Amino acid sequence: MDATAQPAPAARQERGRFLAVQFEDMAAQLATGKLGIWLFLANEVLFFSALFVSYGVYRSHHPELFRYASQFLDWRMGATNTLVLISSSLAAAWSVRAAQLGNQRTLIRSLVLTVVLAATFMVVKYFEYSHKLHNGVGWGTACNPSPELLASLPAAVRALPVPAHLGTFFSLYYLMTGLHGIHVLVGIGLYVWLIVRARRGDFGPGYYGPVDAVALYWHLVDLVWIFLFPLLYLI
Amino acid sequence: MSTAAVAVRAPAHETESYLEHGRGVRSWLFTLDHKRIGIMYLTAISACLLLGGVFALVLRLHLWSPQGALVSNDAYNKLFTLHGAVMIFLFIIPGIPAALGNFVLPLQLGAKDLAFPRVNLLSFWLFVAGAIFFVVVLVVGGVDTGWTLYPPYSLESARGLGILLALSAVVLTGFSSILTGVNFIATIHRMRPPGMGWFDMPLFLWALYATGVIQIISTPVLGITAAMGFLERIFHLGLFMPEYGGDPILFQHFFWFYSHPAVYIMILPAMGVVSEVVSVFSRKPIFGYRFIAVSSMAIAIIGFLVWGHHMFVSGQSRWASLAFSFLTMLVSIPSAIKTFNWIATMYKGAIVLKTPMVYVLTFFAIFGVGGLTGLFLGLLATDVPLHDTYFVVAHFHFVMVGAVMIAFLAGLHYWWPKMTGRMYHEGVGVASAWLVFLGFNLTFVPQFLAGVLGMPRRYATYAPQFTGHNRLSTVGAFVLALGLVVALAGLLHSLRRGRRAPPNPWGAASLEWTIASPPTHHNFDETPRARGPYDYSGLHEVSEEAGWVREEGR
Repeated sequence: MDATAQPAPAARQERGRFLAVQFEDMAAQLATGKLGIWLFLANEVLFFSALFVSYGVYRSHHPELFRYASQFLDWRMGATNTLVLISSSLAAAWSVRAAQLGNQRTLIRSLVLTVVLAATFMVVKYFEYSHKLHNGVGWGTACNPSPELLASLPAAVRALPVPAHLGTFFSLYYLMTGLHGIHVLVGIGLYVWLIVRARRGDFGPGYYGPVDAVALYWHLVDLVWIFLFPLLYLI
Repeated sequence: MSTAAVAVRAPAHETESYLEHGRGVRSWLFTLDHKRIGIMYLTAISACLLLGGVFALVLRLHLWSPQGALVSNDAYNKLFTLHGAVMIFLFIIPGIPAALGNFVLPLQLGAKDLAFPRVNLLSFWLFVAGAIFFVVVLVVGGVDTGWTLYPPYSLESARGLGILLALSAVVLTGFSSILTGVNFIATIHRMRPPGMGWFDMPLFLWALYATGVIQIISTPVLGITAAMGFLERIFHLGLFMPEYGGDPILFQHFFWFYSHPAVYIMILPAMGVVSEVVSVFSRKPIFGYRFIAVSSMAIAIIGFLVWGHHMFVSGQSRWASLAFSFLTMLVSIPSAIKTFNWIATMYKGAIVLKTPMVYVLTFFAIFGVGGLTGLFLGLLATDVPLHDTYFVVAHFHFVMVGAVMIAFLAGLHYWWPKMTGRMYHEGVGVASAWLVFLGFNLTFVPQFLAGVLGMPRRYATYAPQFTGHNRLSTVGAFVLALGLVVALAGLLHSLRRGRRAPPNPWGAASLEWTIASPPTHHNFDETPRARGPYDYSGLHEVSEEAGWVREEGR
């Protein structure tokens, strides 16, 4: 009966620095953490879903409005960002493999590359947003495109009257890309945190759960954009 | 005495309980211990129940006379809105899962904690932040939209700061609920002890699992909808407001896509509590274990497909209404399966009328009526005349208050000895159960009758022929409140004066009853081997003080 009274200090040491008390071993902790992040991602999909459903409803009610409004978006910017984000997803996947192999140099390099590409995405996004806002293309009732912008549209589009409630499209545009952008910013924060921990030498074949989990999150952020790009830019 | 019995009782004298492990306010506010977080949740939701209850009593007093006896019409609208919002978002939804579930779930798994203790603490603080926002809503002048927050009325420019705060509070409490769901599902998947397959789990865990699925899938939709409403109100996005090109019906679809499954977030854990209590206090293994387990999942899944029955008169397509009506009928099947299995569990059992069981018996009576009156509202032909009458008010109070709150009280009394290490006074507990039952029926049965006669809901005044119904209802509300005060007094009194609780005071077979009351900080010294949660063989009562012990081969 005495044996149950105190866990020996030696036993505690061999549990490892990053093993939480509620888990038997690192494998159980890794598997549980991964399940947790997948469940969280399911929640994220549903979080975006109402915006996608709104998009579907308004587009089916006002197809002409969506065709017209998408002319204000520059597909080259969107395509660039798609490539940037897919590349960063590759870097993220690479970082997981590097952590599993214990390759410290590659790990840090791939994490830094992920952040650099994510930041590039946000810079492109900044130019897109500021161009629109300077030309009066806000959301909702704040959408009053400037005459110069209207004059720059293709001739076939210019001939059409400006549809009513043009701002509804841009409400959806800013909500969807904005919520996605917030996720990118959170991702950048998470990757900076991973870089700090990786430089400290926390990760290796025995412990790479956080690198794995953040990469899963990052792939979802990438995936959302892959849907946003055609839905908004390529109508 | 056999060694098994000694091993059960020994830890109580050897190590400090979780209540003594760490002292001071900070050791509670920043604890990662699921048991302490559960207790903090319990305290917080009880405070919210008190707040929502006071609103209810003021409403009932106001309705004493047809012209309204107490407050202005405007104040009445704000009071019923906050009564609904506080009770739903701050008491009923987190009630059983976050308070009782947090405490019990790892114990029933023989685990040291939930999978993600930090996420659990974050969930609690998000809940507190949401609750504070609702109180601030009250301070800045309240909202008068009803808890459903339907646009266009709710998002008009005339609605002030209150609606923005209320929408923010909905987002905060929503994320709190999502995080609880993620934590519960990951824990149940990965941390079951050796010997516990999926169909060896206590049914309370099945109920919490099904609840977690709904929390993760439906709550984010409410979160983003509230955020869209928030931005619509400030920036006029043209999504929900017709004057800017938006569609208010879309809001209703999104709102009920969450808020109907939310009804099952409320009732499923309640059904889980009932499954535990009815078996233990009938001293008989649960009847139809697999049917009860699977019906929890069936309710969770079908529950996602019925939201349109809230919108029969909102202008949705009649074909959609027909489909939603049919699907609504389907969801009553798993609920009925559960009920019949509970009754069959009691058949030829040795029923012990302790407080939790008395509460559960009243649950059966009330849930039966609440469920059957739901059919009237799911059918198109009967819903149209009954829509927005007191019949609806009485129906959902039967389910939410009569069933869920009573199951919460049953569970609270059932696990109270485990949580606090003290036994409450049995007579006081039983008296509270009867007072709650009588008060409840006196409050809400007259509302069914008034509803059938056509009294509309949400009005500050009413036609004089309903005076009798309303006065009975008001008297009943005070009896119900008295019952709750008696229950609270009995429980609080036991903290100082109650007898010390043995590890297993009820003769239950699930794992939480194999450890000390209250448990130690890490619950189990080593991972136990699970056996059937309803296997009562070998359990016998040594004495009232020592409780029940299991002796093998007896």
